[in-house]
Amino acid sequence: MPIDWFPLWLSLRVAVVSTAVALAFGLWLAYILANREFRFKEVVDAMVTLPLVLPPTVLGYYLLVLIGRASPLGKLWETIFGSPLVFTWKAAVVAALFHSLPLLVKSSRAAFESVERSYERAARTLGASEWRLFWRVTLPLAHRSILAAAALAFAQALGDFGITLMVAGNIPGRTQTAAVAIYDAVESGNGAVARMLVLVISMVALLILTVANRLNPRWSPR
Amino acid sequence: MLQARLRKTFPQGADSAGFSLALEFQAGTGVTVLFGPSGSGKTLVLDAIAGFVRPDEGRILLDNDLLFDGATGVHLPPQARNCGYVFQNYALFPHMTLRQNLMFAAERRPRLERHRRVNEMIETFRLTEAAGRRPHEVSGGQRQRCSIARALIVAPKLLLLDEPAQGLDAPLKAEFYEVLRQVRADFKTPVILVTHDLDECFELGEEMLILREGQIVQSGTPRKILDQPANVEVARLLGAFNLIPCEIRALDPGRNTSKVQMGEFELDGPYFPGRFKGDRVTLCVRPELLVVTARLGSAGPNQIPAVLSRTVEKAQWMRLEFEGGIAADMGREEFERQRENKEWLIEFVPSTLRVL
Repeated sequence: MPIDWFPLWLSLRVAVVSTAVALAFGLWLAYILANREFRFKEVVDAMVTLPLVLPPTVLGYYLLVLIGRASPLGKLWETIFGSPLVFTWKAAVVAALFHSLPLLVKSSRAAFESVERSYERAARTLGASEWRLFWRVTLPLAHRSILAAAALAFAQALGDFGITLMVAGNIPGRTQTAAVAIYDAVESGNGAVARMLVLVISMVALLILTVANRLNPRWSPR
Repeated sequence: MLQARLRKTFPQGADSAGFSLALEFQAGTGVTVLFGPSGSGKTLVLDAIAGFVRPDEGRILLDNDLLFDGATGVHLPPQARNCGYVFQNYALFPHMTLRQNLMFAAERRPRLERHRRVNEMIETFRLTEAAGRRPHEVSGGQRQRCSIARALIVAPKLLLLDEPAQGLDAPLKAEFYEVLRQVRADFKTPVILVTHDLDECFELGEEMLILREGQIVQSGTPRKILDQPANVEVARLLGAFNLIPCEIRALDPGRNTSKVQMGEFELDGPYFPGRFKGDRVTLCVRPELLVVTARLGSAGPNQIPAVLSRTVEKAQWMRLEFEGGIAADMGREEFERQRENKEWLIEFVPSTLRVL
């Protein structure tokens, strides 16, 4: 029986898109957390970290409440795009995003905080705007750690199961990602498909983690 | 011309002692040295001027620009202050070449002028060979010159230097002093230099402010301060004095003489204005101004017999420490001639004596 590769491609696509969104939003958030002082800062950090410790079902439930067809956000999406968000591959992206954001924000915050303050101060005394300071000094100096964090986020997004199942469902050919497809294959006794997908997913994850480790400045030869 | 009045209090924390800074000073052209022990608030003053730290109250005026004013809430960001800052670790961006570091600083200038200006700086600060390399690939001296060039490229109205020579070996220090003298001559930018190295104050400082626990305890030219420290605290900070308790026995302003009782000995000194007979004071005399000889006969005028307790070798001279805590410095050759002395005499030259 030929193996259907669609779940794998879907997983990769979901992971790429969610990592891109996570980088755009997560880096901004991490930079704010690392550089600004404000009230409830650590509360915000804790909220971002929460998905690391909550069971996927709880997160899935929250997401259904947040972006379900009855919710304001869900309705807004439907008016703009003409179709619901939940139980589409885009919902799988949101699920993967929630799964991968905590670690990305955590490690990027640490990366930004590890940039020696005197570099940023020097840039300011030289008249650099905060924007230029970020793009030309802070980000380049932290880029290895951030790439490593992004690789981890990608791997996490690739492997999400619980949240995806709850908000995107298990629709073969439409929202069935690799992780969900493996569950499906095992349930229906389709051992060959399960083995193949497990093997490929493991290899990809292993590759990504190796790259992430090489990127991490602690391990880089210099 | 910088005029600063600053007040900043850090409340006592769980793992930190409270600290309060309260001072007022002016810095004109030339080099003004902020001298003080670690923890006296020197760097905090620089950070407040540069705009990294917001004082609780006060006012900072640079030429005609108001940088900070507690009363009206003016607090310009560092970008708008026109203050160059050379950091202790130089803070050259490690991911850029020296030339790129300079270009980064020059970016606010018009495009055409930018390259000319950077090239000028590279030449002035002898960085031609190193310009294409990154900070970790060049020598300490090149890093140092580049960080000063980078700070000067934006034509700051004031240059702030935070212990830039700390931890450098002697040749590099000498080179740095040379560069700074050149800066003073060519750029005419007023400089505020933070240091706890006394030699640096004398090498570079036209004006010196002594800081202790967040306050200025004395200001003046380095020469003047060393000649007449304001009080025992300052003398201790400068670290180069014999400080001996004694009592004033007689004062004669007409003949510019005095007599002070030091233990069992009576010494002649100059007239001490503002002191009275019977005052208990601290006699203050630099070790290199004491004259030490072998005791052959009886003690002459202003000489006291002393027992040598140990000698300390310095690079250029010997320090002789006598019982009773008096130290005297002597050239090496002179010491070689005298080392067999059994008994010693210390002569206090009257004109060198100060009381605090």
